[in-house]
Amino acid sequence: MTSSVRPPDFLVHDDGDDVAVAVRDLTPGPVRGAVLADNSDVSAEVLDEVPLGHKFALRDLGAGTPVIEYSVQVAVTTAPIKAGNYVHTHNVRSARWQNSVAN
Amino acid sequence: MAEQRRQLTGFRRADGRVGIRNHVVILPVDDLSNAASEAVARVVPGALALPHSYGRLQYGPDLELTFRTLIGTGANPNVAAVVVIGIEPAWTDRIADAIAATGKAVARFAIERHGDLRTIEAAARAAQRYVQDASEITREPIERGEILVSIKCGESDTTSGLGSCPTTSQAVDRHVAAGGTVLFGETTELTGGEHLIAQRCADDVVRKRFQDMYDGYLAEVDSHDANLMGSQPTQGNIRGGLSTIEEKALGNIAKTGTAPVVDALEPAVAPTVPGLNFMDTSSAAAECVTLMAAAGAVLHLFPTGQGNIIGHPIEPVIKLTANPITAATMGEHIDLDCSGLLRREYDLPSAGDLLVEVIDRSINGRLTCAEALAHREFVLTKLYRSA
Repeated sequence: MTSSVRPPDFLVHDDGDDVAVAVRDLTPGPVRGAVLADNSDVSAEVLDEVPLGHKFALRDLGAGTPVIEYSVQVAVTTAPIKAGNYVHTHNVRSARWQNSVAN
Repeated sequence: MAEQRRQLTGFRRADGRVGIRNHVVILPVDDLSNAASEAVARVVPGALALPHSYGRLQYGPDLELTFRTLIGTGANPNVAAVVVIGIEPAWTDRIADAIAATGKAVARFAIERHGDLRTIEAAARAAQRYVQDASEITREPIERGEILVSIKCGESDTTSGLGSCPTTSQAVDRHVAAGGTVLFGETTELTGGEHLIAQRCADDVVRKRFQDMYDGYLAEVDSHDANLMGSQPTQGNIRGGLSTIEEKALGNIAKTGTAPVVDALEPAVAPTVPGLNFMDTSSAAAECVTLMAAAGAVLHLFPTGQGNIIGHPIEPVIKLTANPITAATMGEHIDLDCSGLLRREYDLPSAGDLLVEVIDRSINGRLTCAEALAHREFVLTKLYRSA
Protein backbone atom coordinates (compact mmCIF):
# COMPACT_ATOMS: atom_id res chain seq x y z
CA MET A 1 0.00 0.00 0.00
CA THR A 2 1.14 3.54 -0.74
CA SER A 3 1.61 5.53 2.42
CA SER A 4 -1.22 7.88 3.18
CA VAL A 5 -0.37 11.33 1.83
CA ARG A 6 -2.42 14.42 1.11
CA PRO A 7 -4.77 13.45 -1.72
CA PRO A 8 -3.55 14.88 -5.04
CA ASP A 9 -5.45 17.63 -6.86
CA PHE A 10 -4.70 16.10 -10.24
CA LEU A 11 -3.06 13.11 -11.91
CA VAL A 12 -0.94 12.86 -15.06
CA HIS A 13 -0.71 9.55 -16.95
CA ASP A 14 2.81 9.86 -18.35
CA ASP A 15 5.74 12.21 -17.99
CA GLY A 16 5.62 14.46 -21.06
CA ASP A 17 1.81 14.51 -21.38
CA ASP A 18 0.30 17.87 -22.37
CA VAL A 19 -2.74 17.53 -20.12
CA ALA A 20 -3.55 16.55 -16.54
CA VAL A 21 -6.80 15.24 -15.05
CA ALA A 22 -8.39 16.92 -12.03
CA VAL A 23 -9.32 14.36 -9.37
CA ARG A 24 -11.35 16.91 -7.42
CA ASP A 25 -13.15 20.08 -8.47
CA LEU A 26 -10.41 22.68 -8.96
CA THR A 27 -10.58 26.47 -8.73
CA PRO A 28 -7.94 28.82 -10.13
CA GLY A 29 -4.69 28.75 -8.19
CA PRO A 30 -1.73 26.48 -7.39
CA VAL A 31 -2.39 22.73 -7.37
CA ARG A 32 -0.39 19.61 -6.62
CA GLY A 33 -0.50 16.27 -8.35
CA ALA A 34 1.33 13.11 -9.33
CA VAL A 35 2.52 11.37 -12.46
CA LEU A 36 1.13 7.81 -12.47
CA ALA A 37 3.92 6.34 -14.64
CA ASP A 38 6.68 7.03 -12.09
CA ASN A 39 4.69 8.19 -9.05
CA SER A 40 6.59 11.50 -9.07
CA ASP A 41 5.12 14.69 -7.61
CA VAL A 42 4.29 17.62 -9.85
CA SER A 43 2.77 21.04 -9.30
CA ALA A 44 0.87 23.40 -11.58
CA GLU A 45 -1.19 26.58 -11.63
CA VAL A 46 -4.74 26.32 -12.97
CA LEU A 47 -6.32 29.38 -14.58
CA ASP A 48 -9.92 28.14 -14.87
CA GLU A 49 -12.40 26.10 -12.90
CA VAL A 50 -11.82 22.43 -13.77
CA PRO A 51 -14.41 19.86 -12.58
CA LEU A 52 -13.40 16.46 -11.24
CA GLY A 53 -12.40 14.20 -14.14
CA HIS A 54 -11.83 17.07 -16.54
CA LYS A 55 -8.50 18.22 -17.92
CA PHE A 56 -6.23 21.24 -17.90
CA ALA A 57 -3.11 22.01 -19.95
CA LEU A 58 0.34 21.54 -18.46
CA ARG A 59 1.96 23.75 -21.11
CA ASP A 60 1.06 26.33 -23.72
CA LEU A 61 -0.41 24.77 -26.89
CA GLY A 62 -0.92 26.72 -30.12
CA ALA A 63 -4.03 26.31 -32.25
CA GLY A 64 -3.97 23.22 -34.48
CA THR A 65 -1.32 21.33 -32.52
CA PRO A 66 -1.46 17.72 -31.24
CA VAL A 67 -2.48 17.07 -27.63
CA ILE A 68 -0.56 14.24 -25.95
CA GLU A 69 -1.99 12.10 -23.12
CA TYR A 70 -0.92 8.52 -22.22
CA SER A 71 2.14 9.49 -24.35
CA VAL A 72 -0.17 9.23 -27.40
CA GLN A 73 -1.94 11.90 -29.43
CA VAL A 74 -5.54 12.07 -28.20
CA ALA A 75 -6.72 15.29 -29.85
CA VAL A 76 -5.81 18.39 -31.83
CA THR A 77 -6.33 21.87 -30.47
CA THR A 78 -8.92 24.15 -32.12
CA ALA A 79 -7.80 27.31 -30.28
CA PRO A 80 -4.68 28.50 -28.49
CA ILE A 81 -4.47 27.05 -24.96
CA LYS A 82 -2.34 28.40 -22.12
CA ALA A 83 -0.80 26.26 -19.40
CA GLY A 84 -3.49 25.99 -16.73
CA ASN A 85 -6.45 26.44 -19.09
CA TYR A 86 -9.41 24.08 -18.96
CA VAL A 87 -9.16 21.64 -21.91
CA HIS A 88 -12.30 20.04 -23.34
CA THR A 89 -14.50 19.96 -26.42
CA HIS A 90 -14.50 23.78 -26.66
CA ASN A 91 -10.81 23.87 -27.53
CA VAL A 92 -9.81 20.38 -28.72
CA ARG A 93 -11.27 17.84 -31.16
CA SER A 94 -10.64 14.34 -32.41
CA ALA A 95 -7.72 14.12 -34.82
CA ARG A 96 -9.09 10.85 -36.19
CA TRP A 97 -12.78 11.41 -36.80
CA GLN A 98 -12.97 14.81 -38.45
CA ASN A 99 -16.77 14.67 -38.59
CA SER A 100 -16.98 13.74 -34.96
CA VAL A 101 -16.71 17.08 -33.22
CA ALA A 102 -18.12 16.32 -29.80
CA ASN A 103 -20.09 19.30 -28.58
CA MET B 1 -0.41 -14.26 -3.52
CA ALA B 2 -3.44 -14.66 -1.32
CA GLU B 3 -5.85 -15.19 -4.19
CA GLN B 4 -3.90 -18.23 -5.36
CA ARG B 5 -4.78 -20.00 -2.12
CA ARG B 6 -8.50 -19.32 -2.33
CA GLN B 7 -10.49 -22.39 -3.35
CA LEU B 8 -12.73 -21.68 -6.30
CA THR B 9 -15.82 -23.73 -7.09
CA GLY B 10 -18.02 -24.08 -10.12
CA PHE B 11 -20.12 -26.39 -12.27
CA ARG B 12 -18.27 -28.67 -14.65
CA ARG B 13 -20.44 -29.36 -17.71
CA ALA B 14 -20.60 -32.38 -20.01
CA ASP B 15 -18.40 -30.67 -22.62
CA GLY B 16 -15.71 -30.02 -20.01
CA ARG B 17 -16.31 -26.28 -19.73
CA VAL B 18 -16.80 -24.69 -16.32
CA GLY B 19 -19.66 -22.44 -15.24
CA ILE B 20 -20.15 -20.38 -12.09
CA ARG B 21 -23.97 -20.27 -12.22
CA ASN B 22 -26.55 -23.00 -12.72
CA HIS B 23 -29.42 -21.46 -14.69
CA VAL B 24 -32.28 -23.22 -16.43
CA VAL B 25 -33.00 -21.09 -19.50
CA ILE B 26 -36.18 -20.74 -21.54
CA LEU B 27 -34.80 -19.67 -24.91
CA PRO B 28 -37.11 -18.21 -27.57
CA VAL B 29 -35.91 -18.79 -31.13
CA ASP B 30 -37.77 -15.69 -32.33
CA ASP B 31 -39.68 -12.63 -31.18
CA LEU B 32 -43.00 -14.46 -31.56
CA SER B 33 -42.00 -16.98 -28.92
CA ASN B 34 -41.19 -14.43 -26.21
CA ALA B 35 -44.71 -14.54 -24.77
CA ALA B 36 -44.75 -18.32 -24.28
CA SER B 37 -41.17 -18.28 -22.94
CA GLU B 38 -41.98 -15.62 -20.38
CA ALA B 39 -45.17 -17.44 -19.43
CA VAL B 40 -43.20 -20.61 -18.72
CA ALA B 41 -40.80 -18.67 -16.50
CA ARG B 42 -43.77 -17.25 -14.58
CA VAL B 43 -45.17 -20.74 -13.97
CA VAL B 44 -41.72 -22.12 -13.09
CA PRO B 45 -39.99 -19.20 -11.37
CA GLY B 46 -36.70 -21.08 -11.05
CA ALA B 47 -36.31 -20.87 -14.82
CA LEU B 48 -35.09 -17.79 -16.66
CA ALA B 49 -36.64 -16.57 -19.93
CA LEU B 50 -34.38 -14.72 -22.39
CA PRO B 51 -36.75 -12.64 -24.56
CA HIS B 52 -35.24 -10.84 -27.55
CA SER B 53 -36.39 -8.96 -30.63
CA TYR B 54 -35.31 -10.99 -33.66
CA GLY B 55 -35.16 -14.38 -35.34
CA ARG B 56 -37.57 -13.93 -38.27
CA LEU B 57 -36.68 -13.43 -41.95
CA GLN B 58 -33.03 -12.83 -41.27
CA TYR B 59 -30.58 -14.11 -43.85
CA GLY B 60 -26.88 -14.54 -44.55
CA PRO B 61 -24.28 -13.49 -41.99
CA ASP B 62 -26.94 -11.68 -39.93
CA LEU B 63 -28.95 -14.90 -39.51
CA GLU B 64 -25.79 -16.86 -38.77
CA LEU B 65 -24.84 -14.40 -36.04
CA THR B 66 -28.31 -14.63 -34.46
CA PHE B 67 -28.16 -18.44 -34.52
CA ARG B 68 -24.62 -18.43 -33.14
CA THR B 69 -25.64 -16.05 -30.37
CA LEU B 70 -28.71 -18.05 -29.35
CA ILE B 71 -26.88 -21.40 -29.54
CA GLY B 72 -23.85 -20.05 -27.70
CA THR B 73 -26.01 -18.57 -24.96
CA GLY B 74 -27.83 -21.87 -24.42
CA ALA B 75 -24.54 -23.76 -24.53
CA ASN B 76 -22.86 -21.38 -22.04
CA PRO B 77 -21.56 -23.35 -19.04
CA ASN B 78 -23.48 -21.05 -16.67
CA VAL B 79 -26.58 -22.84 -18.00
CA ALA B 80 -27.57 -26.28 -16.70
CA ALA B 81 -30.45 -27.02 -19.09
CA VAL B 82 -32.42 -25.28 -21.83
CA VAL B 83 -36.03 -25.24 -23.01
CA VAL B 84 -36.10 -23.95 -26.60
CA ILE B 85 -39.38 -22.49 -27.91
CA GLY B 86 -39.84 -21.37 -31.52
CA ILE B 87 -42.75 -20.58 -33.78
CA GLU B 88 -41.97 -23.37 -36.26
CA PRO B 89 -40.09 -26.66 -35.81
CA ALA B 90 -37.21 -26.42 -38.31
CA TRP B 91 -35.32 -23.46 -36.83
CA THR B 92 -36.32 -24.59 -33.34
CA ASP B 93 -34.59 -27.91 -34.02
CA ARG B 94 -31.57 -26.15 -35.44
CA ILE B 95 -31.05 -24.21 -32.20
CA ALA B 96 -31.95 -27.11 -29.90
CA ASP B 97 -29.77 -29.66 -31.73
CA ALA B 98 -26.71 -27.43 -31.60
CA ILE B 99 -27.13 -26.81 -27.85
CA ALA B 100 -27.77 -30.51 -27.21
CA ALA B 101 -24.48 -31.31 -28.98
CA THR B 102 -22.70 -29.93 -25.89
CA GLY B 103 -24.25 -32.76 -23.85
CA LYS B 104 -26.67 -30.43 -22.09
CA ALA B 105 -30.29 -31.33 -21.34
CA VAL B 106 -32.44 -29.63 -23.99
CA ALA B 107 -36.19 -29.76 -24.62
CA ARG B 108 -37.77 -28.14 -27.67
CA PHE B 109 -41.27 -26.94 -28.50
CA ALA B 110 -42.70 -25.41 -31.67
CA ILE B 111 -45.86 -23.33 -31.34
CA GLU B 112 -47.40 -23.93 -34.79
CA ARG B 113 -50.16 -26.60 -34.70
CA HIS B 114 -50.23 -26.35 -30.89
CA GLY B 115 -50.77 -22.73 -29.97
CA ASP B 116 -49.28 -20.83 -27.05
CA LEU B 117 -51.29 -22.48 -24.27
CA ARG B 118 -50.54 -26.12 -25.04
CA THR B 119 -46.90 -25.14 -25.71
CA ILE B 120 -46.67 -23.32 -22.38
CA GLU B 121 -47.98 -26.35 -20.50
CA ALA B 122 -45.63 -28.82 -22.17
CA ALA B 123 -42.64 -26.50 -21.89
CA ALA B 124 -43.42 -25.72 -18.26
CA ARG B 125 -43.45 -29.42 -17.41
CA ALA B 126 -39.99 -29.77 -18.99
CA ALA B 127 -38.77 -26.62 -17.25
CA GLN B 128 -39.99 -27.85 -13.87
CA ARG B 129 -38.11 -31.13 -14.29
CA TYR B 130 -34.94 -29.27 -15.34
CA VAL B 131 -35.13 -26.86 -12.39
CA GLN B 132 -35.45 -29.75 -9.96
CA ASP B 133 -32.64 -31.67 -11.67
CA ALA B 134 -30.39 -28.60 -11.69
CA SER B 135 -30.92 -28.17 -7.96
CA GLU B 136 -29.03 -31.42 -7.41
CA ILE B 137 -25.98 -30.38 -9.42
CA THR B 138 -23.33 -29.42 -6.89
CA ARG B 139 -20.33 -27.14 -7.09
CA GLU B 140 -16.93 -28.75 -7.29
CA PRO B 141 -13.39 -27.40 -7.02
CA ILE B 142 -12.18 -25.69 -10.19
CA GLU B 143 -8.98 -24.04 -11.33
CA ARG B 144 -8.84 -20.29 -11.93
CA GLY B 145 -7.67 -20.83 -15.50
CA GLU B 146 -10.86 -22.74 -16.35
CA ILE B 147 -12.95 -19.58 -15.97
CA LEU B 148 -13.59 -17.72 -19.25
CA VAL B 149 -13.63 -14.01 -18.39
CA SER B 150 -14.82 -11.15 -20.59
CA ILE B 151 -14.15 -7.42 -20.21
CA LYS B 152 -15.83 -4.31 -21.58
CA CYS B 153 -16.17 -0.85 -20.06
CA GLY B 154 -19.00 1.65 -20.36
CA GLU B 155 -20.13 5.19 -19.59
CA SER B 156 -16.43 5.83 -19.36
CA ASP B 157 -14.86 9.02 -18.14
CA THR B 158 -11.33 10.03 -17.32
CA THR B 159 -11.46 8.12 -14.03
CA SER B 160 -11.84 4.93 -16.13
CA GLY B 161 -8.39 5.45 -17.60
CA LEU B 162 -6.95 6.51 -14.25
CA GLY B 163 -8.52 3.87 -12.02
CA SER B 164 -11.12 1.28 -12.95
CA CYS B 165 -9.54 0.17 -16.23
CA PRO B 166 -5.99 -0.19 -14.85
CA THR B 167 -7.48 -2.09 -11.89
CA THR B 168 -9.21 -4.42 -14.36
CA SER B 169 -5.90 -4.86 -16.18
CA GLN B 170 -4.42 -6.24 -12.97
CA ALA B 171 -7.06 -8.97 -12.90
CA VAL B 172 -6.67 -9.61 -16.64
CA ASP B 173 -2.90 -10.06 -16.44
CA ARG B 174 -3.20 -12.34 -13.42
CA HIS B 175 -5.94 -14.39 -15.09
CA VAL B 176 -3.88 -14.89 -18.25
CA ALA B 177 -0.83 -15.75 -16.13
CA ALA B 178 -2.96 -18.46 -14.45
CA GLY B 179 -3.60 -20.03 -17.85
CA GLY B 180 -7.00 -18.43 -18.28
CA THR B 181 -8.68 -16.81 -21.25
CA VAL B 182 -10.02 -13.25 -21.42
CA LEU B 183 -12.15 -11.69 -24.18
CA PHE B 184 -12.08 -7.99 -25.05
CA GLY B 185 -13.76 -6.21 -27.96
CA GLU B 186 -15.30 -2.77 -28.67
CA THR B 187 -13.77 -2.40 -32.12
CA THR B 188 -14.53 1.27 -32.81
CA GLU B 189 -13.53 2.27 -29.30
CA LEU B 190 -9.95 1.30 -30.05
CA THR B 191 -9.68 4.27 -32.43
CA GLY B 192 -6.55 6.24 -31.63
CA GLY B 193 -4.90 3.29 -29.95
CA GLU B 194 -5.59 0.48 -32.43
CA HIS B 195 -1.89 0.45 -33.31
CA LEU B 196 -1.14 -0.47 -29.69
CA ILE B 197 -3.38 -3.56 -30.00
CA ALA B 198 -1.90 -4.44 -33.40
CA GLN B 199 1.59 -4.29 -31.88
CA ARG B 200 0.53 -6.76 -29.19
CA CYS B 201 -0.88 -9.36 -31.60
CA ALA B 202 0.97 -12.65 -31.20
CA ASP B 203 1.88 -13.03 -34.88
CA ASP B 204 1.28 -11.53 -38.30
CA VAL B 205 -1.74 -13.75 -39.00
CA VAL B 206 -3.58 -12.55 -35.89
CA ARG B 207 -2.40 -8.99 -36.57
CA LYS B 208 -3.84 -9.02 -40.08
CA ARG B 209 -7.11 -10.53 -38.90
CA PHE B 210 -7.39 -7.86 -36.19
CA GLN B 211 -6.52 -5.04 -38.59
CA ASP B 212 -9.02 -6.27 -41.19
CA MET B 213 -11.76 -6.37 -38.55
CA TYR B 214 -10.88 -2.88 -37.34
CA ASP B 215 -10.67 -1.42 -40.85
CA GLY B 216 -13.90 -3.16 -41.84
CA TYR B 217 -15.84 -1.74 -38.89
CA LEU B 218 -14.55 1.77 -39.55
CA ALA B 219 -15.40 1.43 -43.26
CA GLU B 220 -18.91 0.38 -42.24
CA VAL B 221 -19.27 3.52 -40.12
CA ASP B 222 -17.97 5.64 -42.99
CA SER B 223 -20.30 3.94 -45.48
CA HIS B 224 -23.25 5.43 -43.61
CA ASP B 225 -21.73 8.88 -44.08
CA ALA B 226 -21.89 8.92 -40.34
CA ASN B 227 -21.30 11.80 -38.05
CA LEU B 228 -20.61 10.17 -34.72
CA MET B 229 -21.12 13.44 -32.88
CA GLY B 230 -22.83 12.68 -29.60
CA SER B 231 -22.21 8.99 -30.07
CA GLN B 232 -18.45 8.55 -29.76
CA PRO B 233 -17.69 9.87 -27.24
CA THR B 234 -21.17 9.70 -25.72
CA GLN B 235 -22.75 12.65 -23.94
CA GLY B 236 -22.02 10.80 -20.68
CA ASN B 237 -18.37 10.41 -21.64
CA ILE B 238 -18.14 14.14 -22.37
CA ARG B 239 -19.85 15.09 -19.13
CA GLY B 240 -17.22 12.96 -17.40
CA GLY B 241 -14.38 14.88 -19.04
CA LEU B 242 -13.51 12.74 -22.08
CA SER B 243 -12.99 15.02 -25.08
CA THR B 244 -12.31 12.66 -28.01
CA ILE B 245 -12.64 9.06 -29.17
CA GLU B 246 -8.84 8.71 -28.93
CA GLU B 247 -8.80 9.69 -25.27
CA LYS B 248 -11.67 7.30 -24.58
CA ALA B 249 -9.87 4.51 -26.47
CA LEU B 250 -6.68 4.82 -24.47
CA GLY B 251 -8.61 4.46 -21.23
CA ASN B 252 -10.46 1.51 -22.74
CA ILE B 253 -7.22 -0.16 -23.84
CA ALA B 254 -5.75 0.35 -20.36
CA LYS B 255 -8.02 -2.43 -19.09
CA THR B 256 -6.57 -5.06 -21.46
CA GLY B 257 -3.34 -5.32 -19.48
CA THR B 258 -0.05 -6.37 -21.02
CA ALA B 259 -0.58 -9.89 -22.37
CA PRO B 260 -0.16 -10.60 -26.09
CA VAL B 261 -3.34 -10.78 -28.18
CA VAL B 262 -3.45 -14.44 -29.19
CA ASP B 263 -6.46 -14.39 -31.53
CA ALA B 264 -9.00 -12.12 -33.23
CA LEU B 265 -12.47 -13.67 -33.15
CA GLU B 266 -15.66 -13.10 -35.09
CA PRO B 267 -18.53 -12.06 -32.77
CA ALA B 268 -19.99 -14.82 -30.56
CA VAL B 269 -17.29 -17.33 -31.56
CA ALA B 270 -15.76 -19.35 -28.71
CA PRO B 271 -12.02 -18.82 -28.23
CA THR B 272 -9.70 -21.77 -28.85
CA VAL B 273 -6.36 -20.27 -27.86
CA PRO B 274 -5.81 -19.60 -24.12
CA GLY B 275 -4.89 -16.02 -23.27
CA LEU B 276 -6.14 -12.57 -24.24
CA ASN B 277 -8.50 -12.76 -27.26
CA PHE B 278 -9.91 -9.84 -29.24
CA MET B 279 -13.52 -10.13 -30.46
CA ASP B 280 -14.97 -7.87 -33.17
CA THR B 281 -17.94 -6.30 -31.35
CA SER B 282 -20.03 -3.21 -31.03
CA SER B 283 -19.11 -0.97 -28.12
CA ALA B 284 -22.73 -0.85 -26.94
CA ALA B 285 -22.61 -2.58 -23.57
CA ALA B 286 -25.49 -5.04 -23.81
CA GLU B 287 -24.68 -6.08 -27.38
CA CYS B 288 -21.03 -6.63 -26.51
CA VAL B 289 -21.64 -8.59 -23.29
CA THR B 290 -24.31 -10.71 -25.04
CA LEU B 291 -21.83 -11.66 -27.79
CA MET B 292 -19.14 -12.52 -25.24
CA ALA B 293 -21.52 -14.64 -23.15
CA ALA B 294 -22.50 -16.43 -26.36
CA ALA B 295 -18.81 -17.19 -26.88
CA GLY B 296 -18.87 -18.94 -23.51
CA ALA B 297 -17.70 -16.21 -21.12
CA VAL B 298 -19.00 -16.91 -17.61
CA LEU B 299 -17.86 -13.80 -15.73
CA HIS B 300 -17.68 -10.22 -16.96
CA LEU B 301 -15.59 -7.34 -15.58
CA PHE B 302 -17.12 -3.95 -16.36
CA PRO B 303 -15.21 -0.79 -15.42
CA THR B 304 -17.39 2.32 -15.51
CA GLY B 305 -16.91 6.03 -14.97
CA GLN B 306 -20.25 7.82 -15.00
CA GLY B 307 -22.13 4.65 -14.03
CA ASN B 308 -23.34 2.16 -16.64
CA ILE B 309 -25.76 -0.14 -14.79
CA ILE B 310 -25.63 -3.17 -17.11
CA GLY B 311 -26.11 -6.82 -16.23
CA HIS B 312 -26.72 -9.97 -18.28
CA PRO B 313 -29.18 -12.81 -17.66
CA ILE B 314 -26.64 -15.63 -17.40
CA GLU B 315 -23.19 -14.01 -17.25
CA PRO B 316 -22.64 -12.20 -13.93
CA VAL B 317 -21.30 -8.68 -14.49
CA ILE B 318 -18.94 -7.18 -11.89
CA LYS B 319 -18.90 -3.39 -12.11
CA LEU B 320 -16.15 -1.21 -10.70
CA THR B 321 -15.58 2.52 -10.67
CA ALA B 322 -12.90 4.95 -9.59
CA ASN B 323 -15.26 7.91 -9.86
CA PRO B 324 -16.08 8.96 -6.28
CA ILE B 325 -19.32 10.67 -7.37
CA THR B 326 -20.55 7.50 -9.09
CA ALA B 327 -19.52 5.35 -6.13
CA ALA B 328 -21.35 7.67 -3.73
CA THR B 329 -24.53 8.19 -5.74
CA MET B 330 -24.93 4.78 -7.48
CA GLY B 331 -23.52 2.41 -4.90
CA GLU B 332 -26.16 -0.25 -5.48
CA HIS B 333 -24.67 -0.83 -8.95
CA ILE B 334 -21.00 -0.85 -7.98
CA ASP B 335 -19.34 -4.09 -6.86
CA LEU B 336 -15.97 -2.42 -6.26
CA ASP B 337 -15.24 1.23 -5.46
CA CYS B 338 -11.58 1.82 -6.37
CA SER B 339 -11.74 5.61 -6.11
CA GLY B 340 -9.01 5.36 -3.47
CA LEU B 341 -6.60 5.12 -6.41
CA LEU B 342 -7.39 8.73 -7.31
CA ARG B 343 -6.64 9.79 -3.75
CA ARG B 344 -3.46 7.65 -3.77
CA GLU B 345 -4.72 5.75 -0.73
CA TYR B 346 -3.41 2.52 -2.23
CA ASP B 347 -1.46 1.46 -5.27
CA LEU B 348 -2.57 -0.38 -8.40
CA PRO B 349 -1.54 -3.92 -7.33
CA SER B 350 -3.52 -3.39 -4.12
CA ALA B 351 -6.56 -2.32 -6.14
CA GLY B 352 -6.01 -5.48 -8.20
CA ASP B 353 -6.08 -7.54 -4.99
CA LEU B 354 -9.42 -5.96 -4.05
CA LEU B 355 -10.87 -6.79 -7.47
CA VAL B 356 -9.61 -10.38 -7.42
CA GLU B 357 -11.31 -10.85 -4.07
CA VAL B 358 -14.62 -9.64 -5.55
CA ILE B 359 -14.06 -11.91 -8.56
CA ASP B 360 -13.41 -14.95 -6.39
CA ARG B 361 -16.47 -14.37 -4.23
CA SER B 362 -18.60 -13.90 -7.34
CA ILE B 363 -17.22 -17.11 -8.87
CA ASN B 364 -18.07 -18.95 -5.67
CA GLY B 365 -21.68 -17.81 -5.76
CA ARG B 366 -22.03 -14.33 -4.27
CA LEU B 367 -24.54 -12.41 -6.39
CA THR B 368 -23.24 -9.33 -8.17
CA CYS B 369 -25.09 -6.02 -7.86
CA ALA B 370 -26.57 -6.54 -11.32
CA GLU B 371 -27.82 -10.03 -10.41
CA ALA B 372 -29.35 -8.79 -7.16
CA LEU B 373 -31.12 -5.98 -9.03
CA ALA B 374 -32.20 -8.35 -11.86
CA HIS B 375 -30.38 -6.47 -14.62
CA ARG B 376 -30.71 -8.99 -17.44
CA GLU B 377 -29.83 -7.12 -20.60
CA PHE B 378 -29.84 -9.58 -23.49
CA VAL B 379 -29.44 -7.82 -26.84
CA LEU B 380 -28.77 -9.48 -30.18
CA THR B 381 -26.44 -7.72 -32.61
CA LYS B 382 -28.28 -7.06 -35.87
CA LEU B 383 -25.98 -6.68 -38.88
CA TYR B 384 -28.61 -5.35 -41.35
CA ARG B 385 -32.34 -5.30 -42.17
CA SER B 386 -34.27 -8.56 -42.34
CA ALA B 387 -35.68 -9.68 -45.68
